[in-house]
Amino acid sequence: MDTPVITTTGLTKIYRSAASRGRDITALDSVDLHVREGEVFGVVGQSGAGKSSLIRCVNLLERPTAGRVTVAGQDLTALAGRGRRAGKELRRARSSIGMVFQHFNLLSSRTVQDNVGLPLEILGVSGRDRARRALELLDLVGLADKASSYPAQLSGGQKQRVGIARALAGDPKVLLSDEATSALDPETTRSILQLLRDLNRQLGLTVLLITHEMEVVKTICDSAALMEKGRIVESGTVGELLATPGSQLARELFPVGGAPSGPGRTVIDVTFHGEAATRPVISQLSRTYNIDITILGAAMDTVAGRQIGRMRIELPGGYEENVVPVGFLREQGLQAEVVDDPTPENEPARKPVANESAQGETPALVKEDAK
Amino acid sequence: MTWSEMQPLLAQGTVDTLYMVLWSTLVTVLGGLPLGILLVLTDKDGLLQNAPVNKVVGVIVNIGRSLPFIILLIALIPFTTFVVGTFIGPTAMIVPLAVGAIPFFARLVETAIREVDHGLVEAVQAMGGSVPTIVRKVLLPQALPSLVAGVTTTVIALIGYSAMAGAVGGEGLGSKAVTYGFQRFENGFMLATVVVLILIVTAVQLLGDGVVRLLARRGRTAS
Repeated sequence: MDTPVITTTGLTKIYRSAASRGRDITALDSVDLHVREGEVFGVVGQSGAGKSSLIRCVNLLERPTAGRVTVAGQDLTALAGRGRRAGKELRRARSSIGMVFQHFNLLSSRTVQDNVGLPLEILGVSGRDRARRALELLDLVGLADKASSYPAQLSGGQKQRVGIARALAGDPKVLLSDEATSALDPETTRSILQLLRDLNRQLGLTVLLITHEMEVVKTICDSAALMEKGRIVESGTVGELLATPGSQLARELFPVGGAPSGPGRTVIDVTFHGEAATRPVISQLSRTYNIDITILGAAMDTVAGRQIGRMRIELPGGYEENVVPVGFLREQGLQAEVVDDPTPENEPARKPVANESAQGETPALVKEDAK
Repeated sequence: MTWSEMQPLLAQGTVDTLYMVLWSTLVTVLGGLPLGILLVLTDKDGLLQNAPVNKVVGVIVNIGRSLPFIILLIALIPFTTFVVGTFIGPTAMIVPLAVGAIPFFARLVETAIREVDHGLVEAVQAMGGSVPTIVRKVLLPQALPSLVAGVTTTVIALIGYSAMAGAVGGEGLGSKAVTYGFQRFENGFMLATVVVLILIVTAVQLLGDGVVRLLARRGRTAS
């Protein structure tokens, strides 16, 4: 699990455009990324954060201005050479990296089966083997009956399944997903994510995906990175991120709202994970210190297969009076963060990456006695 | 001039016209297709970006397109004589017809190829496809309906050019119309050639549209 399959070191991409003379655009600013074998790694960020450039630099569809890209032990930047055209070695390396796209990019002039067989044609696989392999792959993505249809006859979700089958044709170790679900409705998104998750488990496929939807990270990612202005500002496994005090990704994965009921009170965000999630910590806290606890907001969910809870609670009195209870919470193995000023307009850092998707999530209220 | 007198002249004219047009179309496609593809590939941000080649090809194509065909026809007489051995007759006419139509067709090819979604090119690049693979498996098949429409337009333009070729020692319906209809004041014959030309052009257009529809259908409509 620990060998990195995709590594970027100091990856930098600067666009020099003739139109903005002298004003180069830095899309990637010295990005170091490590994607381990067999994991689903999600890169999130707002549009323009450099996600797209990043994923395109991984298979060198974009030539990085500086830095190195290594995929499955092969230094792709060294294969690239100087010219604009991809040499034979780079093309061979690319054929073992699958890629799926937001707009599917299927050839409308070919049947579904011939679309899936295209990478095999490029690899020089003979006609009969190609047909057999294409049908196997279509079966794998649940579209065996659509082999002779044309892409225009398929729904968006089906097209993306074909795109995924095509990406797997060259038996890749790595799958790159460029906003694969962004053009799909929520239900189809879920089924495509489930398929990616299954493929990741069944085939041991490493998946690097970029998305602007937190929901995607929550559903399938083992690890995630947050990009801002061409830099990676946070990165780690989902568990690590949730355990990191002040992690922006953790907050966005798990938004808990709620304004304090009045001045002179202490607002604390508590994160439960692992064993602590099953203990009645809040009622213990209340009993031990004889304080009244108000729950301002709470959410409980499964992230990357682990039960995680977040809760915003309010204790009477200022922080100084609550040092001991906060210490108690931390002793119990919980992560307790004191929120200085939880009013929404004063917390620009908490703006969700994707406003709609993050806020559309109504946190399920967790009763205190359930803890 | 009676109908029975007209008939053999019209038949011979039609055969010569079709002969000139079909062969010159073939040469035009063989010459114009690579030029059009080259224009797209060597353009800025193209797969084979190459400003000098793009400029030179662009200028040649523009010069070819701006010359009136009748001038080209006369200017090319030495070249035609060099290639075919004579500058008179339907076979000789294939040379100026093709030279005139190649730049025209090359621009139509360029437009058709440019319409292909760049995402498809990127997808095939990501699979490890080389530039020739991209041209063969993406650009040409995806642009096929537009290319066929371009060939139709070119054939019709060539029918027009071929009638002009009649003025400079060519054969075909144009030449027959000039010789009999104009110089001998046979208005009935003139009218007959016009009708035949209209029929040929209509047939070509219908055929071309039919093929385009057939090609486009598999890609667009849901069954």
